[in-house]
Amino acid sequence: MSRRAILRLVLPAAVIAALIGLWQIAASTGWIAEALNLEAFLVPSPAEVGDALWNNRAVLWENAWVTLREILIGLAAGILAGIALAVAMRFSRLLRDAVFPLSVAVQAVPVVVIAPILVVWFGFGIWVKVIVVALACFFPILVNTLDGLRSVDPEAVKMMRTLDASPTAIFRRVEAPTALPYFFSGAKIAVAVAPIVALFAELAGSNAGLMRLIVQDNANLEIADMFAAATILAVIGVLLVGLTALAQRLVVTWR
Amino acid sequence: MSVVARGLSHVYGELRSLESIELEARPGEVLALVGPSGCGKSTLLEIASGLREPSAGTIAVEGAADAAGRLSHCAYMPQRDLLLPWFSALDNAALALRNRGVGKGEARSRAGELFERFGLAGFERARPQELSGGMRQRVAFLRTLVAGKPVLLLDEPFASLDAISRAEMQEWLAGTLSADGRTVLLVSHDLEEALYLADRVLVLSARPGRVVKELRAPDPRAPDRDGAVTDPEFVAAREAALRALHQGARPGPTPPGGPAGAPGARWDGRGKGEG
Repeated sequence: MSRRAILRLVLPAAVIAALIGLWQIAASTGWIAEALNLEAFLVPSPAEVGDALWNNRAVLWENAWVTLREILIGLAAGILAGIALAVAMRFSRLLRDAVFPLSVAVQAVPVVVIAPILVVWFGFGIWVKVIVVALACFFPILVNTLDGLRSVDPEAVKMMRTLDASPTAIFRRVEAPTALPYFFSGAKIAVAVAPIVALFAELAGSNAGLMRLIVQDNANLEIADMFAAATILAVIGVLLVGLTALAQRLVVTWR
Repeated sequence: MSVVARGLSHVYGELRSLESIELEARPGEVLALVGPSGCGKSTLLEIASGLREPSAGTIAVEGAADAAGRLSHCAYMPQRDLLLPWFSALDNAALALRNRGVGKGEARSRAGELFERFGLAGFERARPQELSGGMRQRVAFLRTLVAGKPVLLLDEPFASLDAISRAEMQEWLAGTLSADGRTVLLVSHDLEEALYLADRVLVLSARPGRVVKELRAPDPRAPDRDGAVTDPEFVAAREAALRALHQGARPGPTPPGGPAGAPGARWDGRGKGEG
């Protein structure tokens, strides 16, 4: 590994460690609680959050798995629908003109509005969250993939036509590869948005999930437990973004 | 005749790019078209290849006058190499075979056979962005040859190269064309390149492009390029071509049917669609 690559791993870790250390000192000595004029138990130290993570691991894992499933199934559905519609719109101008404004309109309605309605219709189960996550992820995928498909070099298409390429061959060998980096730009947005949207949807009504846990802990003033759930969410977020970036590096090898 | 154009004209909106082009290329002949930028040379190749239709007149390639027929007889090498960055050099070269449904393994082995002869051995798996300009151009030419069409259309194949690599590539192409024996239409704005590579050179005027002079090359594709281009006969031919080029570049008398001062009748030194 190059010096720079090592630094890029070590530096963020060092910053995080330093912040946790500062927080530990500030919380365990009671400075923060004093400054905010709070009871000490409302300001847990990182060590206490660590304890909460360990002690509640069964409950945390159970609810994290629910939220993770909502995110992953929703993402998968949104990505598949986004790609499928982008490709269909590429081949049918009519479909694009007919459906694109609707996609924009759906995107413009905030999750906080849609989610409670869907909860009324479909209940507290996982599917409302999946639908909402899919709706939110679908649009960035659609727009970016469509942009990618339309940014094909027309000269390359001419070249392919003189090499006896059918429209399908042109799509496979020129248009789809051209669109891939654009798709990944959309996927990065989708992956960043999905957890937030899933939490909003859980807030609208749920019987399990990390947000539901956080709301409960909040009511009981279990601040350390809330931090524990937030830590797991942060890990999920970092993993999703990291895996997407990794997938892009493995697939788009020509940039 | 391998390629025959009769009264070929092309109008692009208000822009008259080609006017009453007459040309014939015999099988195995290399015919060069030279002219100032914007005289419609590239358009002529696109029409010949079947990517465009002429506005008036006819063009037939291997007897086929319709666009689909021309498309099936011509292999067109555009100005830019247009190698696809997501494919290896080998897969780029094999594109035409893959497009026709030939399996990956067979297409690769058939295209791969030519890599040695093209000085590309060992670079089969390299991505285009890892190759030098000259190598990229050779892969692009290989891709055109592998298509197996009887007529090659080359649009300023070496315009993007520096002078030294260009001279080397011209020498290399001369050898390859001599051995290959296909009919070639070569578009160039480089008189030396045209007179060295082609059997005959047609000089086109500024837009709208018309054939203003036809020259026979003194010693087409001579093995010793440096010797050939400094030969007195070659130099004389180049001067004659240059004079024709200069005369054709002047905004001459308005051709019949064209309104005076119309955008198409002026020569502004640069054309649309040509780099």
